[in-house]
Amino acid sequence: MMNATLAPERPATTAPVDVLTIKDLKAYYINEHFGVRREVRAVDGIDLTVRRNEVYGIAGESSSGKTSLIKTLAGAIRPPMRVVEGSVKFDFGGKHIDVYGEPAKMQAARWQHLSYIMQGSMSVLNPVRRIKHAFNNFAYRHMGLDATAFRRRVESHLDRLGLDASVLEAFPHQLSGGMRQRVTIALATVCEPEFIIADEPTTALDVLVQQDVLGLIKEVQGRLGSSVVFVTHDMSVHAAITDRLAIMYAGRLAEEGPTQALFDRPQHPYTAHLIASLPRIGDVSTRKSLAGKPPSLANPPSGCRFHPRCPIAIERCSKEVPQMLPSATGGRVACFRAGEVSMQ
Amino acid sequence: MSQNLLELDHVTKRYGVGGLFSHQSITAVNDVSFSLASDTPEIFAIVGESGSGKSTMAKMILGNEVPDGGRLVFDGTDIGTIRTRAQREAFMTRVQPVFQNPFEAFNPLTHVDTYLYATARRFTGADTRIQQEAKADEALQRVGLSLAELKGRFSHELSGGQLQRVAVARALIPSPKLIVADEPVSMVDASLRMSIVNLFRSLRDELKVSIIYITHDLATAYYISDRVIIMQKGVVIESGGARAVLDNPTHPYSIALKNAVLPPDPKAAAAAIRQRRALVEGA
Repeated sequence: MMNATLAPERPATTAPVDVLTIKDLKAYYINEHFGVRREVRAVDGIDLTVRRNEVYGIAGESSSGKTSLIKTLAGAIRPPMRVVEGSVKFDFGGKHIDVYGEPAKMQAARWQHLSYIMQGSMSVLNPVRRIKHAFNNFAYRHMGLDATAFRRRVESHLDRLGLDASVLEAFPHQLSGGMRQRVTIALATVCEPEFIIADEPTTALDVLVQQDVLGLIKEVQGRLGSSVVFVTHDMSVHAAITDRLAIMYAGRLAEEGPTQALFDRPQHPYTAHLIASLPRIGDVSTRKSLAGKPPSLANPPSGCRFHPRCPIAIERCSKEVPQMLPSATGGRVACFRAGEVSMQ
Repeated sequence: MSQNLLELDHVTKRYGVGGLFSHQSITAVNDVSFSLASDTPEIFAIVGESGSGKSTMAKMILGNEVPDGGRLVFDGTDIGTIRTRAQREAFMTRVQPVFQNPFEAFNPLTHVDTYLYATARRFTGADTRIQQEAKADEALQRVGLSLAELKGRFSHELSGGQLQRVAVARALIPSPKLIVADEPVSMVDASLRMSIVNLFRSLRDELKVSIIYITHDLATAYYISDRVIIMQKGVVIESGGARAVLDNPTHPYSIALKNAVLPPDPKAAAAAIRQRRALVEGA
């Protein structure tokens, strides 16, 4: 009986298939007041692909444009933000969607094929409505089931995530933070989407709860065979969950590659700094913090945007923009002195 | 015998739960005792997850909550006997807080430097703007900023790390003996976290300020603190020198907390997640 309601089997392919392809994407916040035009270049020329059945991490400081990037790829942008150039294309098992070419098709794909796990579980769930209403509001119309079958499906899904069906009758404030975050994960995965965007899902959580939530996301991802784009500034979370990792700095990608290779041999000085600054138990040697602050995206530095803070910058860095080129570790890197930084 | 800077003597705090006529209560802090010596400044970490009572401890040390049992003695005065405004201000001159979320601690519609002037006026008797600016600049220099770059700025114009450093600078203006920092880095970007943590270290070494560092992150606690207590549901389950306790935790909860620190290495971290998952599934 369950089988009839499940989504059709996805074709089992061995070759990596790109679910998401972003080409030269530029999305700016454009304000015009009294003839003065101000552009904030939050996403400035990004190329990337996300494969089927992988966790793709995006790391970067606050105001590096990572949230703008995922908003853009989900087609969830509003004025003053505008896509200036480039394309975002999804391939959901043969169903092609160009996010900025056919917005109507994107609307239909939402939640069915593409869902989100958001940071503040308290602001996702309506505080004066029981949890079941959240499921009705988000998922009911995408499932094409009648109310009883929908309820059964939700309950069996919650059960698989280790949640009791009684949470459906609870109000959000009656649940702990970790429990609420698990409910939002259940909410995002109940339609078994191919593509899940997770924006800082563990940032406000305790360490123990964080570990549970990460484990749950990884397990659900593995079972559904979906792709997850995982955004956080915390490199140790990326180490734990992602297969491939992109480092974002000031609206551009600095480096991208398999997570293990990136941690073993970072090619970009910024990546090396992010990894070296992590504190570890059993090690009290002084950790350096990067001087300076993230650049303003309204008026970014010339050339490589990292050069004012870079310990190994040369003259060329302030004049030319480095392109993303294949790196020695099987990824891509945008740095003229790639691989020359030591891990200290 | 040297006097203790802060002494907690069997401190207990209960909160009533339920309705007006309910007699239920939960014990947020249960019989906690420790002391900080006044001659050796140290960073004292209180570690625990949400609901372990660590923020209630902070509130009691700051005098914002009154304990239901036991005494808190700061520099010879029982915090519970503070009644008048003058006493309160004298206390606040020596004990200053740093809060978790700098974006909430600063009013977004107020220039951040205003807070520094207000603190200088209230606690150092700086009456003129020139004196206040001098005090503010001095404190900002200590944390690696300057008044010139902050004057007239709003909180949204600064990064989380900078703003948290302004919060520390504000706390430094009255030249306190003790700073109570409640989760000071959990809302700050991981890459900027170390600048705050290193700052605490230099405050201890250079200004001889004792710091109570409240956190759930064992990695930073290990990195900076001298002594640590680990709390679970209001009870101190383990205490001692930070390295000794965190290198070899003995209580099952401390061990779980230590294992929950994600190692900054993909293979080890993924293994830790799987292990925890198996544990939760099995339970």
